[in-house]
Amino acid sequence: MISAIRALVRYRALVLSLVSRELKARYRGSMLGFLWSFVNPLLLLLTYTLVFTVILPNKQPDIQPFFLFLFCGILPWTWFQASLAESAGVLISSANLIKKVLFPAEVLPTVCVLANLTHFLLGLPILIAVLAFERKLAWTALLLPLPILVQLVLTLGLALFLSALTVHFRDIQNILGHVLQVWFFATPVVYSYAQVAEATPLRRLLRLNPMTHVIVMYQQMLFHGNIDHWRGLALALLVGVVAFAVGAFLFDRLRDTLAEEV
Amino acid sequence: MTKPAIAAEHVSKIYRRFAHRNQLRTLKSALLTGSVLADLKPEETFTALEDVSFEVRPGSTFAVIGENGSGKSTLLKLVAGITRPTRGRLGVAGRVSALIELGAGFHPEISGRENVAINAMMLGLTRKELERQYDAIVDFAELRDFIEAPVKTYSSGMYMRLGFAVAIHVDPDVLLIDEVLAVGDEAFTRKCLDKIAEFRRRGKTILFVTHSLGLVDKMCDDVLWLSHGRTHGHGEPKRVVDEYLTYVAGGEEALLRSRGASQDTTSPGPAPSPGATGSYQPGRWGSREVEIRAVRLLDARERERHVFVPGETLQLVLSVAAQQPVEDFVFGIGLFAADGTCIYGTNTDLEEFVPRRLSGETEVRIALEGLSLVEGTYFVDLAAHKRDGTPYDYLRGQHSFRVKSRVKDVGLYRPLHQWSFGGGALLDAPAKRGELEL
Repeated sequence: MISAIRALVRYRALVLSLVSRELKARYRGSMLGFLWSFVNPLLLLLTYTLVFTVILPNKQPDIQPFFLFLFCGILPWTWFQASLAESAGVLISSANLIKKVLFPAEVLPTVCVLANLTHFLLGLPILIAVLAFERKLAWTALLLPLPILVQLVLTLGLALFLSALTVHFRDIQNILGHVLQVWFFATPVVYSYAQVAEATPLRRLLRLNPMTHVIVMYQQMLFHGNIDHWRGLALALLVGVVAFAVGAFLFDRLRDTLAEEV
Repeated sequence: MTKPAIAAEHVSKIYRRFAHRNQLRTLKSALLTGSVLADLKPEETFTALEDVSFEVRPGSTFAVIGENGSGKSTLLKLVAGITRPTRGRLGVAGRVSALIELGAGFHPEISGRENVAINAMMLGLTRKELERQYDAIVDFAELRDFIEAPVKTYSSGMYMRLGFAVAIHVDPDVLLIDEVLAVGDEAFTRKCLDKIAEFRRRGKTILFVTHSLGLVDKMCDDVLWLSHGRTHGHGEPKRVVDEYLTYVAGGEEALLRSRGASQDTTSPGPAPSPGATGSYQPGRWGSREVEIRAVRLLDARERERHVFVPGETLQLVLSVAAQQPVEDFVFGIGLFAADGTCIYGTNTDLEEFVPRRLSGETEVRIALEGLSLVEGTYFVDLAAHKRDGTPYDYLRGQHSFRVKSRVKDVGLYRPLHQWSFGGGALLDAPAKRGELEL
């Protein structure tokens, strides 16, 4: 784990250049260009708002206006989901690089996570502007770096794990989309954590999901303005550190096989 | 003694033969023992390198030669650190830059400038070093005017140039080159070679894999010859290259010999007029009243050979048998280039021998002295016929030989020649060449 961090720090200039390349290359040639970073989450928000205010209205009083509550969860979730979906395939699609150039391959999944973090950070000002407009913004928003950090560690760990494992089991790429879909609904994004009754198996399941605590934290800091979920966040941090350690270990262990198997 | 720049001790590299079978098993062993191969049976693996040992002195230029599939590129990847040896130890002192594939990792959508930055950092340059080297890279690649354009608009030559320029400016202690100089136009290749020569002057270590034996002779201090993953020769370039050429020629010998043998049974074809130009179709025809039973190609020392060097003597020996004694007979030969061009033809009638009598089994021999041909494969026509051309036995293209030469002159005919220069023209004599002895 230490060596993985050290490699990433040593190659930080490369990581940053690759992230900026990723961002530039993604939208080059499209008409909206960089605006897609903002349009994408807004369109997603629109879809879910339509479903959960018109078709299946969620009338829970403490999460109104619902679209705003939804916005607070969907933005970080998009970062999480896109990072994992991209890093699962990143080593395979960069096969040429891995076979021909000597550099620490953990740079690649890291770049996926950081590029999506950038999209998230670009979307955040819009969210904050809308919150301010709705007079919802509280001082607690200043604590946002905490859940962001926890989510970063967790996502990096999972990204390392998935990217290395996918080289050996290509099936992961196919199944991952479905897993992430289930995971999305097993995380309180389109409903609130409080809505799920205490002491039910569903609640226990939600508690086991580290993303639950991260998302709840975002919602409390941005939407509710009061925070009582510190223990949950600490738990998520613990899970995140373990995930990172395991991911880095697995990646390191499989490193020598990467150039031969991709 | 100084520490070697590259040291390989009993290095072996084994690959999995089937990429996506036994995944679970190999994954398990990768996690438990750190090897993807531990649980695999021998028939599921492929040995690309076996027990290869060598040392490269710092500042020397080291070449690896061998046929395709001999393990050269595997060795290069091991030295570069991209893969690790299955067994044995491999140590490299200092920074390594590998010209394995030029421009690997260039992203087509972004500009040359950004690609240079990313590629250079990937090869291990820090941001500061990059800033220092950036102009030199762009100038070397001769792409100043295009550097802001996306790489996808580059021609393949520009792409290669940029890739080479970045890799060479990483300023490694050890430079690995994999047959990359085959790309690019003449002028750029020359520039690359000059740059590599400069590297040598500055006392850097170079290891390169090549098929260009001329380059090996010219540039290298030491040669390793791999064959089927094993060391087949190692040492002073001239000796190893000569051994290698002889070996390759030996392989061709066997090939040509077997080709000659398998075609001996060709059934007689229709009789075109002998000596006709146009398409050259191997075949055999004639009445067989006189039969050419066997043909041997000998050198001056009566050794049977199929590969010759220019200037040698080639003797064609025909074993002929006449069923009935005949008094009207002519023996002839023809030499053809691989594309069917007739190079030379003669027969006993043209040379005004007067036939008297041919009976029983006997031998006919023609010695071609001072073989004046350039490198290539040549086919031989051999015939026994009547003076009016009616064939007894005509063998077209049933036998061939090869001329091998280290001088890559062109054409078909190589006259014996000698250069001399006046005092105003100063030239160094070619490096001790010595035609290859077979």
